[in-house]
Amino acid sequence: MTPMIVAVAEVADGALTRLSTEIATLARTLAGEAGGSAAGLVVDAAPDAAAAQLAAYLPRVVAVASPATGRETWAPHAAAELRRLVDEGATHVILPTTTDGRDVGGMLVALLGWGLLANAEGATWDGDGPVVHASVLGGKAITRSAFAGATGIITVPPGAVAAVEADATGSVEARAGADAPVIPAVSVLERVAEAGAAVSLEEARVVITAGRGIGGPEGFAFADELAELLGGVVGATRAAVDAGWIAYARQIGQTGKIVKPALYVGLGVSGAMQHRVGMQASEAIVAINRDPDAPIAEIADLFVLGDLLEVVPALVSELRARRGA
Amino acid sequence: MRILVLTKPVPDPAAGAERLGPDLRLDRASSPTVVNGNDEYALEAALRLVEAHGGEVVILAMAPANAVETMRKALAMGAHRGILITDPALAGADLPTTIRVLAAAIAAAPEPFDLILAGFDTSDGNGGAVAAGIAVRLGLPLCSAAALIEPDLAAGSVRVRRLSAKGYDVVEAPMPTVLSCTQALGEPRYPSLKGIMAARSREIAVRSLADLPEGLAPADRGWATKVLSAAPPEARAVGRTVTAGPADAAREIADFLADRRLI
Repeated sequence: MTPMIVAVAEVADGALTRLSTEIATLARTLAGEAGGSAAGLVVDAAPDAAAAQLAAYLPRVVAVASPATGRETWAPHAAAELRRLVDEGATHVILPTTTDGRDVGGMLVALLGWGLLANAEGATWDGDGPVVHASVLGGKAITRSAFAGATGIITVPPGAVAAVEADATGSVEARAGADAPVIPAVSVLERVAEAGAAVSLEEARVVITAGRGIGGPEGFAFADELAELLGGVVGATRAAVDAGWIAYARQIGQTGKIVKPALYVGLGVSGAMQHRVGMQASEAIVAINRDPDAPIAEIADLFVLGDLLEVVPALVSELRARRGA
Repeated sequence: MRILVLTKPVPDPAAGAERLGPDLRLDRASSPTVVNGNDEYALEAALRLVEAHGGEVVILAMAPANAVETMRKALAMGAHRGILITDPALAGADLPTTIRVLAAAIAAAPEPFDLILAGFDTSDGNGGAVAAGIAVRLGLPLCSAAALIEPDLAAGSVRVRRLSAKGYDVVEAPMPTVLSCTQALGEPRYPSLKGIMAARSREIAVRSLADLPEGLAPADRGWATKVLSAAPPEARAVGRTVTAGPADAAREIADFLADRRLI
């Protein structure tokens, strides 16, 4: 069976998400190593613009116009389109580790009996199939895993693969949606946008995180100011979320988001295991904390022992001075 | 209402003692075990629903035989009874098998459930795909990433706040339906002394593959995925501690950021 690797794209506000371009790059790279083919899949009520963007990364893009996804949950429809592509010879499916991507992954596993390798930090083709690298057990081990057979599903988190456009733009093949979703569709009655949720925590290059030490909701002004200066997004620990200071959508850690920014700054973050599993893969870690025994000191590249209420304003002045503003 | 909650016993993330065994699978004996964090949010949501509407909460796990101990903790929170699927042939089971077995165990219940709840993902596997797979096996709708669950028993439907990248979607599905549950549903309760006492006499039905339809697990543990090797992550370089006053500390941070071209 000649490998055929399908990258499943997601569309937000009519445009491709950045993670979709990363997945597309991985699919193309793997197909090149395997001597097989790569294709992208866009399923949306209006897929054309995103499909054209995706064609910059892949030789072939299947654009499925699925009006139902405008009023129903997306995953059951996307899984139906993937089943069609599997009937046409797809051997591997690469999905984003978003809620919808995970839903599609679970649906395909149940439909096809294929294995799934979750949260790939990278993958290379080795002989018969992809070898997938992942960080497991809260970062305690890096595993290399493979599929037993010639087929499989991989989920990929943001930032695992760098998006690189292909040398040539691919073709876009427009299709009508399959007749039926793989399970009964669920109606979407309303889509509610919440303030501050627009910028993705997982895709941010700089994350400023507030912990219990920020002192209260008013303390977030410090985090916000620093985030603005450094071009970052504000996250929080579970303690800050549980205290009701900020929305759960901002939580980093075990039961929140996993982030891997170029720079993580922890303000009054102690660094409990629950939190560390969500941020310890950050490239650079700076922490400001009054407690010399805070566990975050063990993983911080720069640990500033001090009162954040004094250090952050000083840092803001310093950054402004260097910028000449 | 009859609600089934998937409660997976997992190594306690707070203990930090998880490790892989010589077979490169999770060594489930190496660490103290707790109910998976996100499953506790599912259980709390289920308990509140039956408190409001009446009914029964049943917990289900596929796990080693000693998982009965961990399941007692979920019963102590208020679940009415449990089902444990345990079988040596399921040790290290892959995702397709896990989904088939759990779905078969749900389908085998003498009375149908109105809601089937799972945690958004588990702290040991992190795949977050089981709920969707079970929905497919059972032919039921799926409402994932639930932050609020409001059933309308008269209409036979459930309205769910489903977390999205931007906020949330309000979705509505006919019951029965499968949901995956997030922390946004609310803090799980601590077991009361009364609950702990009551849990001792609550039934945990222990079942094996022999009690389920044939063909759910591959012969000879022929799993669809295999771990080839495992290694510790690259150690982080030892960091530096700054104890200077605010102005000097701020300069040090700015220098650090400049060195790394972050400003």
